[in-house]
Order: sequence, then C-alpha cells, then structure tokens
Amino acid sequence: MAGAAPQGASAGSDIYRGNGPRLLLPVWLWVGIFLVAPVLIMAVYSVLTKEFRGGVIWDFTLAAYDQFFLDRGLFGDEPPRIEWTYIGIFWRSIWQAGLATVLCLLIGFPTAWFIATRPARVRSVWLFLITIPYWVNLLIRTVSMKFLIRDTGPLNEFLLWAGIIDTPLALVNTNFAVQLGLFYSYLPFMVLPIYAAVERYDFSLSEAAADLYADSWTTLRLIILPVVKPGIVAGCILVFVPSLGAFLAPELLGGAKTFMIGSLIEEQFKGAAGNWPFGAAASMILLSIVMAVLLLHARAQTKGDRT
Amino acid sequence: MKTLLTTSLLALTLAGAAQAEGKLSIYHWFEYIPQELLDKFAAEYDVEVTMDTFDSNEALLAALKAGRLGSYDVAVPGDYMVDILKQEGMLDSFTPEELPNHGNIEDRWLDVAFDPGRTSSIPYQWGSTSFAVNREVYDGTADSLGLIFAPPPELAGKINVLDTSGETLTLASLYLGIPQCSADRAQLKALNDLVMGAKAEWASFGSDVAKDVLVSGDAAAGMIWSGFSAKARAEGAPIEYVFPKEGMIVWMDNVVLLKDAPNRDNALKFMNFLLEPENAAAVTNYAQYSAGVKGVSEFLAPEVANSPESNPPSDVTGVFVQPCPQEVQVMYDAIWTNLKK
Repeated sequence: MAGAAPQGASAGSDIYRGNGPRLLLPVWLWVGIFLVAPVLIMAVYSVLTKEFRGGVIWDFTLAAYDQFFLDRGLFGDEPPRIEWTYIGIFWRSIWQAGLATVLCLLIGFPTAWFIATRPARVRSVWLFLITIPYWVNLLIRTVSMKFLIRDTGPLNEFLLWAGIIDTPLALVNTNFAVQLGLFYSYLPFMVLPIYAAVERYDFSLSEAAADLYADSWTTLRLIILPVVKPGIVAGCILVFVPSLGAFLAPELLGGAKTFMIGSLIEEQFKGAAGNWPFGAAASMILLSIVMAVLLLHARAQTKGDRT
Repeated sequence: MKTLLTTSLLALTLAGAAQAEGKLSIYHWFEYIPQELLDKFAAEYDVEVTMDTFDSNEALLAALKAGRLGSYDVAVPGDYMVDILKQEGMLDSFTPEELPNHGNIEDRWLDVAFDPGRTSSIPYQWGSTSFAVNREVYDGTADSLGLIFAPPPELAGKINVLDTSGETLTLASLYLGIPQCSADRAQLKALNDLVMGAKAEWASFGSDVAKDVLVSGDAAAGMIWSGFSAKARAEGAPIEYVFPKEGMIVWMDNVVLLKDAPNRDNALKFMNFLLEPENAAAVTNYAQYSAGVKGVSEFLAPEVANSPESNPPSDVTGVFVQPCPQEVQVMYDAIWTNLKK
C-alpha cells in the first residue's frame, strides 16, 4: 500500500502517506471481530466450570481438558489412565479427512490436467460443468447421494437388473458412503486450484524434458509436480480442513453411528450433555491441529520461495 | 444436518404483514403446526407471526441459554423441559383469568407435576415414544422392546434408533426393567452392556429422519414418536406401531409463556387461541397426536381419531422421562459417548 509512494509514480499516491494504519483498519476490524474474538471466547470458555445443562460458571478449571485426555472410569473414582475415547474420535475424523483428500487428489489432478490442456474456448465449458452441481445446496446433494446408493436406489436396481449382483449392495450407513459423500462434496476444491496451477504451466518445459530423453514419468515427477505443487497443496488444504469438521456426510450417509469431531462438539452444546467447556476445549484442540497443518504449509511455502 | 434444519429460519411473513397490529414470535418443533392455523391466527388478531424451529428439547434449552431469551414470546418444550426451564427461571406465569379458555384444559392435564395448576404452560399435544416395525419384513409377534434391543435375524442391521440419549436410554432402561436415573452401578453397567451389544444390529441413529427411513425402507424397524408413525403409514410404509409390554415413553409438549416475552399480550392470545377445541383439533389432525383439550373430538378427522397410535391398549404403561440430577446425568452422558465413540 505504501509501496507506491517511494517510486513517486503519481501525485495521487501522496494521500496514502502516513495513512497506513487507518487504511488497514477494516482489515484489523475484520480479523478482530471474526477471528480473534470468537477464538478468545472459545479459549476462555474451555477453562471455565461447566454449568449443569449448558452454560458456564466463572471459575477457572482445567476439567474439560482433563476429561478429554484422562479416563477415570464410568463412576469417576478410578486412578486416571489415558482417555482414548476422544483421541479415537479425532483420529477417525483425521483419517477420514485424509483419505478423502487423497481420493480427491487422485481424481482431481488428472481432471484438472485434462481441462487445462483443452483449447481455451472449451476450457471454460469444462470448468462450468465442474461447478454446476455446486449451485445446489450441500444438504440436498448429500441426501440425493443417499437416494442413489440406497438398497432400493437406482444404482442397486441397475446392478440387479444387469444381473451383476443377486442381493442389493448395502452401501448406505457404511464408511464407504461417508467417503463417497466427502469426496463428492469437496472434489471441486481440489480441481480448481490445481487447474489454476496447471494452466500457468509452460508446456515447452515438457518438450525440453522430452528432448533430453526424460520419459513421461520422470517429466511428471521432476518437472510438472514441482511447478504445480502450490496448487496441489492449496487443493489438499481446501479439502482436508472442511472434511475434518464435516458432519452432514457422516450423519446422513454414515447413519451417525459414531461421533465425528463435528458431531461430538455439537452434542456438547445441543445434546443432553450440555457441557459447553468441554465442547470449547474440543474445538480448541481441533483448532490447534488445523493451525499446525497450516503452519507446516506456510513454512514449506516460504522455503519454496527462497529456493 | 440437525443444525441446518434448526437454523433454517421459517420466516412466515404473512399477507398484510405490513399493516399488522402487533407481532408474535414462536419457537417451535419442526413440522408440528399447520401453516393454515398460523394464517388463521394472524388474520383473526391482525398479528404478524414469525416462527423458528428446533429439533430437540436440549436444542431449545441451549438456544435460550445462549441468549435467545427475550426474543421469543412462546416456545413448545416437552414435559421434563418445562420443569427445567422453570428451574432455570426462564418462564413467565399467568393467571387463569388471563386465559379465558383455561377451563378447556382436560382435567388430567391440569395438575401435572411439571406445572401444577398450569400457570406457565398449556397442553399442546401429547403422545408416546416407542417403535414401529415393517410388517412385510417381520411378521412375528411384536409386543416387546426386544425387537430393538435384542432383534431377531429379520430385523438385525435394519434398525434406526433416535439420536437422543434421553429417549434411547430411557427405552433401554424400560427393557431392562431398571428405574430411570438409576445410579446403581450394576444397573448402569447392564444398561451400558445392553446398548453396546445392540449397536451392532443398528443401522443408524437419527431423529429427524425417523419417519423417512421407515417410508424409504432403509430401516425395517425404528424408534419413533406415535404421530410420526401414523404419518409414515399414511405415506405408504407397511408398518405397525408397537405398544411394548415393558412400557413406553409418554410425553406432552406444552406451549409456555417465556420470560421477557416482547409481545406478552399476543402470546396469551395465541395460547388462548390454541385452547379453542377447533384449533387444538387442527393441530391434532396435522401432527396426529392427541390434544389434551376438552371438546376436540367432533373436529377430529376419523383416520386420526381411530388410528392405532392414538388408541393405546388399556394395559400398556407409559412413563414420563425424568430429568436426572447432575451427578447421575454425567454417567448417562458417559454411556452415550461410549456408545458412539
């Protein structure tokens, strides 16, 4: 913002001089109101005493974190052991989000490559086709997926009709269905950033590699992937982070049989448990994990810029 | 999904709203009041009506605790939640004189434990929570909660249970014959083992989909509220609502006057309006439960008045869900978390 002033490119740029902090005000307000304040509220609530049936009492305690990490038995009087319940729930969510990310990458990368290598005029049509389903609400799309794969749905009807199977495949209420839902929900978040990266890729690099007798695998590994890496990393983050907190697919397609991070936290605020500090603590732990992932990414980025 | 349904604001802007005299803000269950009835009230009293919906008693409490008290005039909590809201000081009270139709409340619903003498609430609808079974899939005897908690092979893997610990664990306690809010270690251990063992035979947990999974055939048996069962059958599900010999849950939803109601007068008009037999019957015809108001029978649709769900056999016992004390509730929460971990 102040960068234009030293060049003295135009007289008009003087009006920015010394006004930096004031011009940044909207940004600081935005960050303050929508980022810092909610996180602070959550952090404070996570160390308060829970009030029965929701709400908090303003007494400091680490009980919520204790409940998360330590198991004292059903009646609370056994010697503390490591509590695996919540770690297990977190691990399951992370595993599912990770798998969804890998699946999206496996399908998303070739898709993005295909689109980016079409003639410019056709590309926008392909991109349009990718985004069309996402004009429909996520809830509706998830329910539609359930209609498609249920025991009496079109997929099973077709397979039965074609004689490929004798009894309907039980797909609804399985982990497979949850994966399918996550994959379907977030695929464009993988395709679009990779497309943006591939589109800028200079194909004469590939030709040069071929001239130097690199086979296509080597070209992909040594030339293409490093160049489009920022797009891949951005796509992976855009798929992983929302998948981690997803609750529509687990509830509608997975039958809500097991808690995901999202539904565990929801239960603390909306369910019979009514344990707000614990819900806040679980949210803080989730936030820490996501922050760790983003920081790793940021470090990898700056390293990449330096080389 | 629950969140989406809850937050999907049903802004019922009504014809002539711009000139309306006053306002009324309702916090209600989803799919529980016919639009025509709201329109009728709005037209009769020249009031602009808005309604938000929730999907569980606990969600209602959470919203009120999180600062929504003071923005709604009336809400519709279940029996034990009336008790809790009262303890939390979230209810206003009225005198019978303020409600000319107070005398229309059926005698047996007048001196209820959760609101003796009815000074903060009026009956909305009452019904039962049990389960329904698909008769094309299972044609054996259906008279026990065992079909859910120890299912026969035909039903194994095709059962939906309600996704709220209160209802599911209360039905499980009835099946085991242990008292509600029991703090007895052996009994809690048995309860934990029962649901943990039965979970392998359950296909899904879902409350707002309880009807749909029975209609679509995704579930062959499912815990359900009586009116939802009748609606599912009307939508083509070949199901029978079961009155278990171990007992079932009986509940009553009530319209309460909230503390700090911005439109207290209109709230009382609305409550009085709902105590008119004709209007109470309109809700019953829609929701297919029972009204708790005198004189509704002549306005009831025959298929609702005669449905099996509305006419439980005289020997079935029904219990209200008890709100447990904090030290006991923690253990039920632990069992529920254990079940879904």
